[in-house]
Amino acid sequence: MQDQQIEMQVNGKPVSGVAESRTHLGDFLRQTAGLTGTHLGCEHGVCGACTVIVNGDAVRSCLMLAVQANNCEVTTIEGIAEEDGSLHPLQEAFQNNHALQCGFCTAGMITSLYAFLSENPSRSDEEIREAISGNICRCTGYQGIVLAAKEAAEKLAKR
Amino acid sequence: MGVRQIGARVQRVEDDNLIRGNGKYLDDIQLPNMTHAAFLRSSMAHANISITDISQAQELPGVYAVFTYDSLPSSLASKTQLQTYPAPIIKQDACPDLLASKEVAHVGQAIAMVVASSRHIAEDACELIQINYSPLPVAVDVVAAAKPDSPLAHSHFKDNIAASLETKIGDVDTAFADCDDTLKLTFKQHRGGCHAMECRGVLGDWQQQLGELTLYSSTQCPYLVRRMVSRQLNCPESSIRVVAPDVGGGFGPKAGFYPEEALIAIASKELRKPVKWAEDRKEHFTATNQQRDQIWELEVGFKNTGEITAIKGHVTHDSGAFLNYGLLLSATTLMPLPGPYKIKNLHVTLDTVYTNTVSTSPVRGAGRPNAAFAMDRVMDTVARRLSIDPADMRQINLVKNEDFPYQPGSKHRNGSIMTYDSGDYTGMLDMVKDMADYDGFRKEQKEAREKGKYLGIGLACFIEDTGMGPYEGVNVRVDVSGNIIASTGAASQGQGHSTVISQVIAEMLDIDISKIRVESGDTGKFPHGVGAIGSRVGVNVGLAANDAAGQVKLKAIKLASMVLDKTEDELELLDGAVRVRSDSNQYVTLADLALQLSPAVAGKLPDGFETAGLEAISYLSTDYMPHSSGANIAKVEVDIVTGGIKILDYYVVHDCGRILNPMIVDGQIIGGVVHGIGNAMFEQMVYDDAGNPMTTNYGDYLLPLASEMPEIHVAHIETPSPANPMGLKGAGEGGTIPAIGAMINAIEDALTPFDAYVAQYPVTPEYVLDLVDTAKIAAE
Repeated sequence: MQDQQIEMQVNGKPVSGVAESRTHLGDFLRQTAGLTGTHLGCEHGVCGACTVIVNGDAVRSCLMLAVQANNCEVTTIEGIAEEDGSLHPLQEAFQNNHALQCGFCTAGMITSLYAFLSENPSRSDEEIREAISGNICRCTGYQGIVLAAKEAAEKLAKR
Repeated sequence: MGVRQIGARVQRVEDDNLIRGNGKYLDDIQLPNMTHAAFLRSSMAHANISITDISQAQELPGVYAVFTYDSLPSSLASKTQLQTYPAPIIKQDACPDLLASKEVAHVGQAIAMVVASSRHIAEDACELIQINYSPLPVAVDVVAAAKPDSPLAHSHFKDNIAASLETKIGDVDTAFADCDDTLKLTFKQHRGGCHAMECRGVLGDWQQQLGELTLYSSTQCPYLVRRMVSRQLNCPESSIRVVAPDVGGGFGPKAGFYPEEALIAIASKELRKPVKWAEDRKEHFTATNQQRDQIWELEVGFKNTGEITAIKGHVTHDSGAFLNYGLLLSATTLMPLPGPYKIKNLHVTLDTVYTNTVSTSPVRGAGRPNAAFAMDRVMDTVARRLSIDPADMRQINLVKNEDFPYQPGSKHRNGSIMTYDSGDYTGMLDMVKDMADYDGFRKEQKEAREKGKYLGIGLACFIEDTGMGPYEGVNVRVDVSGNIIASTGAASQGQGHSTVISQVIAEMLDIDISKIRVESGDTGKFPHGVGAIGSRVGVNVGLAANDAAGQVKLKAIKLASMVLDKTEDELELLDGAVRVRSDSNQYVTLADLALQLSPAVAGKLPDGFETAGLEAISYLSTDYMPHSSGANIAKVEVDIVTGGIKILDYYVVHDCGRILNPMIVDGQIIGGVVHGIGNAMFEQMVYDDAGNPMTTNYGDYLLPLASEMPEIHVAHIETPSPANPMGLKGAGEGGTIPAIGAMINAIEDALTPFDAYVAQYPVTPEYVLDLVDTAKIAAE
């Protein structure tokens, strides 16, 4: 298996490492960059837990090879909070609305919604539910997540 | 201070780490020199196997070891998994070999374990192991497997029956003789698998110098894992520390003990290196326990008034290949009968049947959703026969408020006489009808039908035995920094137990919640524990935390009275200090009191103090099991052209006694309802006739998604349980238990014009169309 030298900007910081061609971005972020906040739930691109943002788009890091993200800008859950460490409105809203229980799907939910709301924060319930229909949560029944997304959207729209 | 904590919507102390990506789940743990395991699993449902070559795997660069049945150490108590819950009524007990020796009994059963420098290499090596399979006849369908002439799931057994159970109340024969009418109903219940978003995982870290093993496992029951590893490896329990880190959902199947937990411990001990295995999703479908099939055949006797007087019947329960979780799923299926209904005569038998499929064990609610479903289907079916409204039918049969404490005549599986302690079953039904505008919907339904639109409304009433003992202890300790450390045996998988424990302690000790640190899920931190199963943790830790904190309070006031030279009556605990009631500026802080009781001071404990530290431990639990209860309504629209079902709304009235944190309880209920909706409409583990699993990814096996879920409206009543001093009842599974019944009743109600009888779930679009087509053919 051929090793590849990979460079990327992750959460605004340069990360470089060597990975086999078959290594997917999720494993690279978790193992090489040490960012274990991105979780692998199914590794076949359905559950959405591993969602990260690559060049502005929400991407399933289990379906993208690390080499494909070479020279890209990647944002993971660890890069969502504000620079001073305070919570992003989405994170705050997740806490306020009990939008997480075990927390395993949470990173993917927040990154998916982050990308979705950054295009247009004014979203209906139905659009929000559609936006996270590629993210599976076994704990919450989604209701708290939808409420959280609405609360965050209102705050983001005022920015 | 003086802030009310118990009953308040307190934000979770768990959240901050989790929303920042700072959680520590099993696969996030990295240890120096860590190695990685992968399993070679059977590709056949039933076969004799021989391993013909492992040398290629052993020689692959990066491979440390290949384990097979033959190479497992002889020091083990057994190379076959020990029964977790032995019971005399198990007639034929099958637990898997840790690694299969000769016969494999389901696709996914572990045959070999490779340990290598990376998971990739370990998986590569698995592919190099050569196995010869000699196929054996398979038992797949549970009904066929239950018959005496069925192929055997295990070739050394005489038939496929693991055990036969029954529940018996009153005198069924006489009641049938006296009833006005009878009817029979048969249905197939299929509950899916675990599908926690985090799969299982184990990390073993054997320390040769200490002779100690630390085993991290994404388990619901670390003490059970410790006990089983100790028994299996034949080593003292005290040499094993089991840690459940952040666990990404449990839902039942993570409560069991699995071969991988023993095997990773063995590998780490043999190789003297940390060994990690993180289950992948395909393994989760083929190696983690599921719940799956039960076939119910019931006969119901009733009066023309709607009063149900007798039920008899039989359940055929799919055990899957093994019985490694004992008979808990079977027992919890029969035990809740006849649910919230006052039915005096009942006799239901159950056969637990082996098949060549993945083993089964409880999934959220265990057998309770099945029992609740059965009762709610009985209600609707008899109501239809008698042309009584389903809500009225329930009012006729529900246990009334004046009946509490009510004893249905059955026994709990712990041997105690079943007692419904308290509740307001009829009141909750009225309440949920109001919430859902039941009568208004009936009118809407009638009008819609005239326009060819099929709306349905479904009811379900349920009870849940919760808070099972024997205990879930809590130790509360004030340390010299003034922080409170609460340690407990209860592990969590997202239920917010740390928050609830903190609330209870904060209220008792009048201290800010941020000063409380909860340590849980670690056998090294607390001596005894059970785990998060059966809606029991809130009740047990709530009581123990309250009691332990109460003892700490008494101890603090007693010592403060010596320090401040006041009587105890003159003192109060306020804002982290014991203060003189008449002058709150005269005080001694909890931190200073803790210092007085620490070994650093004076060389002796103060007079009258016999135990060290400003701390106390409690194992207080509930006197008997409190019963939660509830009433649910689902509203659906069924499209008879596509077979699609739209869930319009869902209503819950729930009673879990005194509520500790309404935000967390609502979260449990809503999430639980969605799990039940998943069972009712989506989740289906399919096997072909050869026992090959056909649904091993989330494209084939459907879970409920945000886009299909309705808004779930939740209301509570609080009837405090008399079974314990805080009035607590459990809440973890009360969302799931009634949801399947409410959904199926709603779907059937929508299809009333087609005279449809829903005989199975999940109800797929294909099945809806079958029901509609059958009705059309019958009409022609």
